[in-house]
Amino acid sequence: MTVAKPRRVGGRVPLPLVIPAGLGLLFLVLPLAGLLIRAPWTTLPQRLTEPGVLTALRLSLQTATLATLLCLVLGVPLAWLLARVEFPGRRLVRALVTVPLVLPPVVGGVALLLVFGRRGIVGGWLDSTFGITLPFTTTGVVLAEAFVAMPFLVIAVEGALRGADTRYEEAAATLGAGRWITFTHVTLPLVAPGVAAGAVLCWARALGEFGATITFAGNFPGRTQTMPLAVYLALETDLQSAIVLSLILLAVSVTILASLRDRWITGP
Amino acid sequence: MTTPPLLDAHLVVDRGDFRLDLAIAVDKGEVVALLGPNGAGKTTALRALAGLRPLSGGHVTLDGRELDRPDRRVWTPTERRPIGVVFQDYLLFPHLSALDNVAFGPRRHGVRRPAARERAAAWLDRVGLAEYTGRKPRHLSGGQAQRVALARALAVDPALLLLDEPLAALDARTRLDTRAELHRHLAEHPGATLLVTHDPLDALVLADRLVIIEHGRVVQEGDAATITARPRTDYVARLVGLNLYRGTAEGHIVRVGDGFALATADRLDGDAFVAFSPSAVALHPERPDGSPRNVWPATITGIQRHGDNLRIQLDGPIGVAADITPAAAAHLRLIPGQPVWVAVKATETRAYPAAG
Repeated sequence: MTVAKPRRVGGRVPLPLVIPAGLGLLFLVLPLAGLLIRAPWTTLPQRLTEPGVLTALRLSLQTATLATLLCLVLGVPLAWLLARVEFPGRRLVRALVTVPLVLPPVVGGVALLLVFGRRGIVGGWLDSTFGITLPFTTTGVVLAEAFVAMPFLVIAVEGALRGADTRYEEAAATLGAGRWITFTHVTLPLVAPGVAAGAVLCWARALGEFGATITFAGNFPGRTQTMPLAVYLALETDLQSAIVLSLILLAVSVTILASLRDRWITGP
Repeated sequence: MTTPPLLDAHLVVDRGDFRLDLAIAVDKGEVVALLGPNGAGKTTALRALAGLRPLSGGHVTLDGRELDRPDRRVWTPTERRPIGVVFQDYLLFPHLSALDNVAFGPRRHGVRRPAARERAAAWLDRVGLAEYTGRKPRHLSGGQAQRVALARALAVDPALLLLDEPLAALDARTRLDTRAELHRHLAEHPGATLLVTHDPLDALVLADRLVIIEHGRVVQEGDAATITARPRTDYVARLVGLNLYRGTAEGHIVRVGDGFALATADRLDGDAFVAFSPSAVALHPERPDGSPRNVWPATITGIQRHGDNLRIQLDGPIGVAADITPAAAAHLRLIPGQPVWVAVKATETRAYPAAG
C-alpha cells in the first residue's frame, strides 16, 4: 500500500528566488551569530555587573521610553490630523514628517544644535528666559531620539487611522459624541494595535539612536552616554566589552519586541 | 388646524451628476418606509437627515427646530441632533460590551456612568438581551447585534429614529423573528421613525406609510393598500408583483401601445394605468373561445419557479408575466420561443388615472 504524498500546490519554487532569499537571510543572521560566537561567555557575568554597563543600559531604557512617550503625545495627534482633516498643504506636511527618516542622523543632530543649542533660535530664548539648556543633557538625548524616531510612529498611526472604518466615528456622532470624545472613546481604541506597533518601532529606533545623540547631546557617561555610544567608545579600547554591550542591546530589543509582538502587532 | 409633522424635511443633495430632491414628513409615532431600488438615494437621504452629509438645498426641520437650512446658513452637527440611527451593519463599537455600547449615548448626553449603565441594562432587557450585557459585539449573533444596535439608538430618546436596511444583514430565518420584534419596538417608539429599505416586505410589515423613490425623486407614496393596489411605476409594480401598463383610456378600453388595447371593467378617460396580477393571466395552446375580452398571441421568453407555481415571462404586443399551476403547465409545451395565446379577463384588471 502506498501512502499518498501531499502534493505541493503552485509548482516548484524557482531557484532565482530561492538563492537570493537564502543569501539575504544569511546576510541578516550571520553578523548576529558572529556576535554570539565571539562573546566572552566565561567572563560575562562579571562584565555585566560593571557599573558603567548598567548605567548606560538604564540611561538607554529611560531615554528611549521618554522619547517614545513624547512621540506618542505629539505624534498621535499629528497622525490624526494627517488622516482625518483636509487642510491645504497636507501633502507637504506629510512629506516633512518623513524627512527625519531619510536624513542622516548626524545631520539631524547638527540641525537640532542649530535650533536648540545655546545660541540656537529656540535654545537661546530658553536659556535666557528660563535658564534651560538642552544640548549635552539627558533631555537632549530624549529630544534627539524623539526627532529621529517620531516619523516611525506617525506613519504607523496614520496608516492605522486610514485603515480604520470611519463609520464607527459617524455612529459615535449620532450618539452625541463630539470629535474629541469620539477620538478618545472610539477612534483610539479601534487603532490601538496600530498605535502600539508604531510605539514599538519608535522605541526600538530610539534605543538604537547614535548619530543625532552624539552630535546634539555628546558622550558623557551617566548623563548622555547611551548603550550605542558606549558600544562605539568601547570598540576603540576593549573589543570584548563592546561585544558584551552589543549582546545586551540585542537581548533587550529582541525580548521586548517578541513579547509585544504576540500581544499587539499580530492581528486579533 | 392640524399640528405640523414632527419631521418636516425637503432634502436636496447634489452628488456629482446625481441629485436627490425629496420632500418627506413624518408624524409623531408614525413609521415611514423609504423604499427604492439600489442607487435611488435612500441612504443619501438618511445621511442628510442625520447630518452626516450637508444639504445642498431645502431644509430639515425636526420638532419645530431647523437643523439644516443652507439658504439661512443653519447647520446643526450630527452630535447635537436628537436623532438615533441604526446602521445597516450596526457598527457596534467592537471594543465595548453590549452594555457599554448602549450606555455610550446616555453618557454623551450627560448621564452619569451608573445611571447610564442602569438605563442601558433596562434597554437591553427590553429587547430581550438581559443576559448578554457583558458580551462583546463579536460574540453576538446577527439578530442579537441588531437588537443591541436598536437599543443603543433608542437609549438616547431620539425625536427621530432612522434605520438603514435594518434587516438586510440577517439570514432569512432570523429576519422573520427580528422583523416581528422590530415591529413591536417601532410601534412603541413615541417619536418619528424613518426606515430605509429595498425589501418591500420589510416596508409593508414595519411601516404605516411608504414613500417610494427612484432616481432621487418620490415616485409614489401612500399606505400599503393603495400602493399594492395601484402601482405607478414599473419598479413599484415589480415590487408588489403586478403587470403594469400605461396608456390612454376611452371608456372600458385602454390603448397601451401600437394599436394594442386592453379591455377593463373600470371605466375612465385620459391618461391611465392598467394593472393585473400574473395569476390573472391564462395561457392556452390554441386561441381560446368564450368570455375573456383580452386575448393575444405571445412567445414564451422565460420560465422560473415562483412558490408552488411557475412564472412565465412572455413577449408579444406587450410584455407580461403569468403565474400558472403545474397542472395547467402540463397542457402546454413550456419552452422558450414557444408561441402561446394569452388571455386576461377584463374583470381581473384594474384601471386608474395616471395623473395625480
